[in-house]
Amino acid sequence: MSTGAPAGLPVPGRIPTSHSVHGPSALSGDLRRFWSLTFTLARTEFKLRFFGSVLGYLWTLVRPLLLFGVIWVFFTKVGHVNNSTLPGSRYYGAQLLGSIVLFTFFAEATTSAVRSMVDRENLLRKIHFPRLVIPASVVLLATFNLGLNLIVVMIFALGSGVHPMLSWLELPLIIGALIILAAGVAMLLSALFVHFRDIQPIWEVVSQILFYASPVIISIDTIREKLSTTLQHLYMLNPLAVIFQQFRHAIITHSTISAGQALGSWAALLEPAAIVTGIFIIGFAVFDRSAARIAENL
Amino acid sequence: MTTTTPLTRRPVEAAPQAPGAAVSIEAVSKTFRLPHQQYSTLKERVLHPLRSTEYDELHAVKDISVEIAPGEFFGIVGRNGSGKSTLLKCIAGIYGVDQGRISIAGRLSPFIELGVGFNMDLTARDNVVINAIMLGLSRREARARFDDVIAFAELEEFIDLKLKNYSSGMLVRLAFATAIQVDAEILLIDEVLAVGDASFQQKCFEEFFRLKREGKTIVFVSHDMHSLERFCSRAMLMERGDMIQLGEPRAIARAYHKLNFGKLPHGAPAETADEGTGTRITEAWFENAIGERVTAAAQEDPLTMCFEARIAEDLEDPVFAATLRTELGHTIIVARSDEHTRQGSGRFSAGETAVARFKLPNWLTPSRYTLTPSIAREGTGEDALALVEDMASIVVSGNATGGILELPVEIRIEHE
Repeated sequence: MSTGAPAGLPVPGRIPTSHSVHGPSALSGDLRRFWSLTFTLARTEFKLRFFGSVLGYLWTLVRPLLLFGVIWVFFTKVGHVNNSTLPGSRYYGAQLLGSIVLFTFFAEATTSAVRSMVDRENLLRKIHFPRLVIPASVVLLATFNLGLNLIVVMIFALGSGVHPMLSWLELPLIIGALIILAAGVAMLLSALFVHFRDIQPIWEVVSQILFYASPVIISIDTIREKLSTTLQHLYMLNPLAVIFQQFRHAIITHSTISAGQALGSWAALLEPAAIVTGIFIIGFAVFDRSAARIAENL
Repeated sequence: MTTTTPLTRRPVEAAPQAPGAAVSIEAVSKTFRLPHQQYSTLKERVLHPLRSTEYDELHAVKDISVEIAPGEFFGIVGRNGSGKSTLLKCIAGIYGVDQGRISIAGRLSPFIELGVGFNMDLTARDNVVINAIMLGLSRREARARFDDVIAFAELEEFIDLKLKNYSSGMLVRLAFATAIQVDAEILLIDEVLAVGDASFQQKCFEEFFRLKREGKTIVFVSHDMHSLERFCSRAMLMERGDMIQLGEPRAIARAYHKLNFGKLPHGAPAETADEGTGTRITEAWFENAIGERVTAAAQEDPLTMCFEARIAEDLEDPVFAATLRTELGHTIIVARSDEHTRQGSGRFSAGETAVARFKLPNWLTPSRYTLTPSIAREGTGEDALALVEDMASIVVSGNATGGILELPVEIRIEHE
């Protein structure tokens, strides 16, 4: 602690330019601090989550794997939900696991974002920092887990006979879209929860519905057999459906159709893209509006 | 205390009054809107669409203006709920202000409390780094300062221990050491010095003096009048959102005590000047060995602290107390009648005048001392009837060896 300051009287020497103190906002200050805070919070949470557990990080992998196992057994061996003569059903296992992992990310990021502002009350009330750090760190933490899980998915896919494809290059795009969607929802929910505490149970139900309303268990090819073109189109307006289907097509097997094909044309992809962008913008706008008073409304 | 130093370069963004102020608070008000129903649910919203407009307004800070100069140690005191912490949070930018404006010159520490964000399940090492990042340092800077922090906190042996295994004193040391690492020119501190063991407190004091010498501006909120008087160059007293006094710390401390005792349930006007009906202390003085009133005394001459009180109600064994303090506000002794007389002070009836005398051997080091007399109801002494801060003073002369007390020492040195 040797800061070697001259002893003596106060030195009101260099007087820096004065500036107004503004209240808290979603994204004030420099981006470097925003990022390092977000990263630090997410990293700490990651470290703490499995603190003291024997399997540690493996638990992040075990949960989706168990869900996968259950669905796999019931829907292919017992229930025969999917038509096994359809193209792409050979890689159903890898498709299922991939979709589960993607959905797990979405569900984790959004459901834990709901309470995030309230749970971080002590920080919000005591430190001045960009409020967006909190939901952002929740999404980032889920992204860490997604990264680990995707490694398992890829190993599983390669093990079940999937060959590396050029379309794997689409992966960052697919994941990116998913993260933007999750971040938009996370911002929206975390800000709304401060005022409306019933967001939590509502969102739990909604995310359950989304699980079944997206091509996680049932493949798109089975749906195509049963739904009219209009309903199909409606189904594919769900951004999760588009993301999961494109993942299945581009990463696992080309024998299942791409998201563009499912929507009817590539241009139609603009619709779900607009929805994702819209959700993100609305989420940010709502969060930004309530950020100034979030600390006092908690 | 507005600095009138001519500026070579005027701030671009207009801060109309006092361009030299480190923190300038202009007519700031802050109101909290408290909905009647704390947790509104969607159902309630739907069922009672109009009811949502019902709010209680809490005016936490009302129209406060003050300017804090660079290098100043500024204290904010007040009782619980007086709005002092809210004001601090407004300065820190944690709450937005409703009216008025706050401008600051220089980097502001984003912290207002020690140990915020400490996680009990992590080691000291991790926590220090995380905390420093929250303070605005980069990860690399945080790592680089880690050793300094640990050395200052004297926790080298415990760096890899989880915080939940730390004692509260160790936690405070770690928190303080981390907080002062920040490169801010303006620090905001809420209630800090009440904790830690004596030697660490001393270290914190020294650190405060260092910050003071470096010309940092510190705004600090406290209940502790001793640290207020010791560090602050100026202070303000808040009550129910208003600034009721601004000035020299000693006067503020006195006003604070007055405010506290004036509001006691059985409260009587505490100051002599107030012509109330309650019990009050009318006079305080020092006497020498032969009973003469004195304002100066030689070391080793026995000294008696005396005060006279008008009793306004029937009292059984009230506690008379005399507190002797140094000029800096350090308490030398608190003499209490219930501790020094086993049988209690006896019965007093309304209208009586009581005189209390506390005789003590004078081993004080040469300096000026003050006497704070008080009377409380029987019991812990908390239920005060009257108290007057620093009502009388005495100057002690003699030899100084550097200690606080010149206790008689019997010295024997022998050859063996």
